[in-house]
Amino acid sequence: MEHIRLPKVENVRLLDRVSPRRSTVGTIYLTATHTIFVENAAGARNETWVLHSLVSSVEKQAATASGCPLIIHCKNFQVLHFVIPREPECHDVHLSLQRLSQPESYEELYCFSYKPNVDEEERRQEWDFLDVNTDYSRMGLPNSLWKLSPVNQHYKVSDTYPAALFVPDSAAPPVIVGSSKFRSRGRFPTLSYYSRENHAAICRSSQPLSGFSARCLEDEQMLEAILRSNPRSDFMYVVDTRPKLNAIANRAAGKGYENEDNYSNIKFQFIGIENIHVMRNSQQKMLDVCELRSPSMSHFLEGLESSGWLKHIKAVLDAGIFIAKAVAEEGVSVLVHCSDGWDRTAQVCSVACVLLDPYYRTLRGLMVLIEKDWVSFGHKFSHRCNHLVGDPKEVSPIIDQFLECVWQLMEQFPCAFEFNERFLITIHSHIYSCQYGNFIGNNQRERKELGLCERTHSLWSYLMTSQVDYINPLYRPDHSQTQGLLQPSTAPYCFKFWRGLYNRFDRGMHPRQSVEDYLSAIQEETQQLEEQLASHKQKIAQLEQEQGWPVTQKATTFDKSPTAWAHGNDFRLANTPQDYTGGFITSSPCQSKAPDSSLILLPQELRQTSESSLSNGSDQESGIADLSCRSPLSEDSTRDPDSDEAAYSTA
Amino acid sequence: MEFYEHIKTANVEDVVLRQPLHPPTRGTLCITGHHLLFSDREEGSSRQVLLLIRNIDAIEKSVENLLACSSLFSNAGHSERISGSSGTITIKCKDLRVLQLDIPGMEQCLNIAHSIETLSCLDSVSEMYPFFYRPSDLSLQDQWGLSSPEKHYSQMKELHDRWRLSTVNTDYSVCPSYPPAVIVPKNTDDDMLKKVAKFRQGGRFPVLCYYHRKNGMVIMRSSQPLTGANKKRCREDEHLLQAVISGSDKGYVIDTRSSQQALQARMTGGGFESKSCYSSWKRLHRQMERGKALQESLIKLVEACGDESHNMDRWLSKLENSKWLSHVQTALSTAGLLAECVERDGHSVLVHGFEGTESTLLISTLAQLIMDSSCRTLEGFLALLEREWVQAGHPFQQRCAHSAYSHARLQQESPVFLLLLDCVWQLGRQFPLALGFSEALLLRLATEAYASNYGTFLCNSHRERCAIGVMEKTHCLFQALLRPRERNYYSNPLYEPTELAIWPSVHPQSLQLWRGFFLRWTECARHLEEAQEEIRNMVIEWGKLAQLS
Repeated sequence: MEHIRLPKVENVRLLDRVSPRRSTVGTIYLTATHTIFVENAAGARNETWVLHSLVSSVEKQAATASGCPLIIHCKNFQVLHFVIPREPECHDVHLSLQRLSQPESYEELYCFSYKPNVDEEERRQEWDFLDVNTDYSRMGLPNSLWKLSPVNQHYKVSDTYPAALFVPDSAAPPVIVGSSKFRSRGRFPTLSYYSRENHAAICRSSQPLSGFSARCLEDEQMLEAILRSNPRSDFMYVVDTRPKLNAIANRAAGKGYENEDNYSNIKFQFIGIENIHVMRNSQQKMLDVCELRSPSMSHFLEGLESSGWLKHIKAVLDAGIFIAKAVAEEGVSVLVHCSDGWDRTAQVCSVACVLLDPYYRTLRGLMVLIEKDWVSFGHKFSHRCNHLVGDPKEVSPIIDQFLECVWQLMEQFPCAFEFNERFLITIHSHIYSCQYGNFIGNNQRERKELGLCERTHSLWSYLMTSQVDYINPLYRPDHSQTQGLLQPSTAPYCFKFWRGLYNRFDRGMHPRQSVEDYLSAIQEETQQLEEQLASHKQKIAQLEQEQGWPVTQKATTFDKSPTAWAHGNDFRLANTPQDYTGGFITSSPCQSKAPDSSLILLPQELRQTSESSLSNGSDQESGIADLSCRSPLSEDSTRDPDSDEAAYSTA
Repeated sequence: MEFYEHIKTANVEDVVLRQPLHPPTRGTLCITGHHLLFSDREEGSSRQVLLLIRNIDAIEKSVENLLACSSLFSNAGHSERISGSSGTITIKCKDLRVLQLDIPGMEQCLNIAHSIETLSCLDSVSEMYPFFYRPSDLSLQDQWGLSSPEKHYSQMKELHDRWRLSTVNTDYSVCPSYPPAVIVPKNTDDDMLKKVAKFRQGGRFPVLCYYHRKNGMVIMRSSQPLTGANKKRCREDEHLLQAVISGSDKGYVIDTRSSQQALQARMTGGGFESKSCYSSWKRLHRQMERGKALQESLIKLVEACGDESHNMDRWLSKLENSKWLSHVQTALSTAGLLAECVERDGHSVLVHGFEGTESTLLISTLAQLIMDSSCRTLEGFLALLEREWVQAGHPFQQRCAHSAYSHARLQQESPVFLLLLDCVWQLGRQFPLALGFSEALLLRLATEAYASNYGTFLCNSHRERCAIGVMEKTHCLFQALLRPRERNYYSNPLYEPTELAIWPSVHPQSLQLWRGFFLRWTECARHLEEAQEEIRNMVIEWGKLAQLS
């Protein structure tokens, strides 16, 4: 609390980025965990909550006649543009927020103070909900080819690796230790994914310390052991996900890549995914384009192109496809590495898994995959997501790119994924929010030391309890599209800009009606009707038996169109003319005849209607009364304020 | 028939057909006056591919020598049967499909190519396929079309106080591109209309195209006034427009040209409604691309979609460079402006550019879709197209003579109608429950406008269609699309009517490439179609159950 220089500022204006005409006036409150903006509108409390840990930058601009602008950029791509009446107040808010949004120690993070109404026993169970080891059992491990190795039990061999690792059955501890000494940060080759059907495996490591000519017998033996664990194959791929030049440059520093002559039966391949610095700059450029007030189409497309973002997404997906095809079609094992083996390697292995195995396209599967390839293998979440104040050069949207690859695949295969876009976006938010303990720290060892399982809550079990929100109604586990290896097209025109994430908070840009919500609602209703029908039939049969004559079924009436416009309140709000006029009409005298409010519901009306729809919505019986709360537009406005979602987003 | 003069080889055996999303098949190729017919030769299968020659936009032929050919087929065991040489014809269709025919025998190949080239360019309308198409379930006695100005007028009783149906154009002498009957202000008589027509390009005097029930405001459309460099005036024209807004304080003229273009138009005899002569009308200029520029944009976009370099930068820069999405953005935002003037500002609007047969129709159609729910049903939409495009005199024959692949020198081709369909698709993306028809309908219309079994899009105007008896001798597409099976297929399973206006977002982030059309023949489109199928099934199952209980 000592960082809050000013707990409350009144008469602050919050500008709407897309339609400036729609700004609101209210009060800013600074709390220990959130910035809260409460609109002044009488009768209702329309609130915007922003979690301090989601703030990525606070910028104070030069004061103007109307006040002093303060712009807050968030890690979930929300941008808040405040105008604070007096400069000194703005200064205080600016300084307070700057400090609050840059915690210096883990203890300050929100997950340690976040205490939902859950007892200790339940909290502990949350952490048992997801276990990476059950995924290895699902793959059929351990078996005669792969064994669980205790070698890293105390994080002695590699302090950034997990304690439990699978290695080839023939790899003896001295080989593993020897190999680890020849790899950056001791990250020796170990199993990431094993295909039960054909024994091919995806392994991962860091780069070898080969320099210009160094060799390591144990490392060579290690790769041979991996090759032998795939009995039907006589060679394996070694994939270096870096551009060749970068890898060569590393040789000068005593690192580098495998020399095909030294390792028996490997095929070596560069892939050319750029490093974290390039990715960081690329995303920033793209976000700058997203933030343009009203860009022309050309401006937008040029900006998108010059950011290079989609090119990088394509590179990651291409690499994933290469590996997935090697495993599924050729039956060849692959060793993947980059420099340290925790950024590009994590991306590429997990993308390959999503392509290979339908399980990873389910809700639980994606959670396990993130837990396995990202959390347990030591993707440096704290550094990459900037959880604590630190080196800005360590920050990079590597996990964003993975989530986006999954989204791009969902766009191509609408029936192949059990989860929806909202699931990805929610995971994205919580990776950055620090509300749950899952993504705190940089590796398993750090997380153990912080006692996260003892002191914080787990995101995964929370997501599972609200899974109805995340189900894709078009998911068809038995559809041909869904089976086995996904074979996406990587023609450039298949890649889209992900508006749902990067312009998530610009309501006006999104479709005003949601097909998905409509389908979810009718799916639910169909189920109910089927159950009802079945029970009616049963009753009839019973009565017939008892009474000996046929009984006519009593009809229950269903309103056939309860669904779509149930989110009417949202629709009306969003459904207002855009800025087509470019100033023509606004400057004309007839402006006064068409006040904004005539078509736009006032915020308090919205709030009331959306709340009431929870209690007395259109059609309780059909089970779709609260449909509006699942629409992406209102997701934030109707949640229980105690729940986490409301905690950092627009109320 | 004289078609046969153009057909030297009518039948070729052992042709290999390669088409997108299908494995190559071997079979027999037949060429008739209007069609290419390919029949699969495989045992037990009777698959046929029937292609309207009119649908062919361009062909490319390459004749290869025996050596290259035999290596191609060396493992298929057919090489010895090829005598001398063979050739390949690549057929690029107006619906953007690309087919390839491998034809044994150089001479046969050249004959076929020559026939296609000649037959696809025949421009005698009365010999086109619609005049020969006789499906068993349609009769020529059926009513032609869904809507007419007479019907439109009689349906809208509210109009009758202040508007009348004029038959001044019965013999097309006043305006050759208008239908015989039009709706005009009640207090302008036919003599005045004749004078106004002389003052407007092509005789297209202002007529009513939309009446907004909520507030009684209207959309009118016309062509540009012929003020010329010496700023000629026409009292009757001024009077007509004044009559439109009597009782209200002002109206808007949305000119689909930049003010610069409008000024320049005066130099060549055209012009605009100047403030001094039309004091109650406020002009808004919106520059919309038309003609050649639009056609070139389409060509560039289609070329970009066919680029196989897999280079992201190149794709995005080509997409940008084509400017197609910019045209979509401009069209939707100008239509939004028009609807805003009528619906929110409560004023009547006159729309025109130059001739009033292109962008004018584009934005008046879109504005009606935005504001009026009755245009959003399957039937309502088709009737809207019939009124605003077919009857209003969009010169389909000229505009849709060629599509994106043609090597022919550009003449009057311009994909304005395609741009409309794209914009409607964007509306459907943003309001997936608000339109009564599906993407499949838009795709069908995009195909039919360029090559059709039906007479609907033939000719350039109502007058031309009457002259060659289109209404008597061909079938009507719109009627055909409303047959039960078609109606079912082309309706939107998610349709939930709403009375509200559907205001589109025109942010670049909100507009997308119409993949269903431009990438229609690729793998990605197939997965999306499967998803559409699932959606339809879900709704059907739900509907059945809901009815049961």
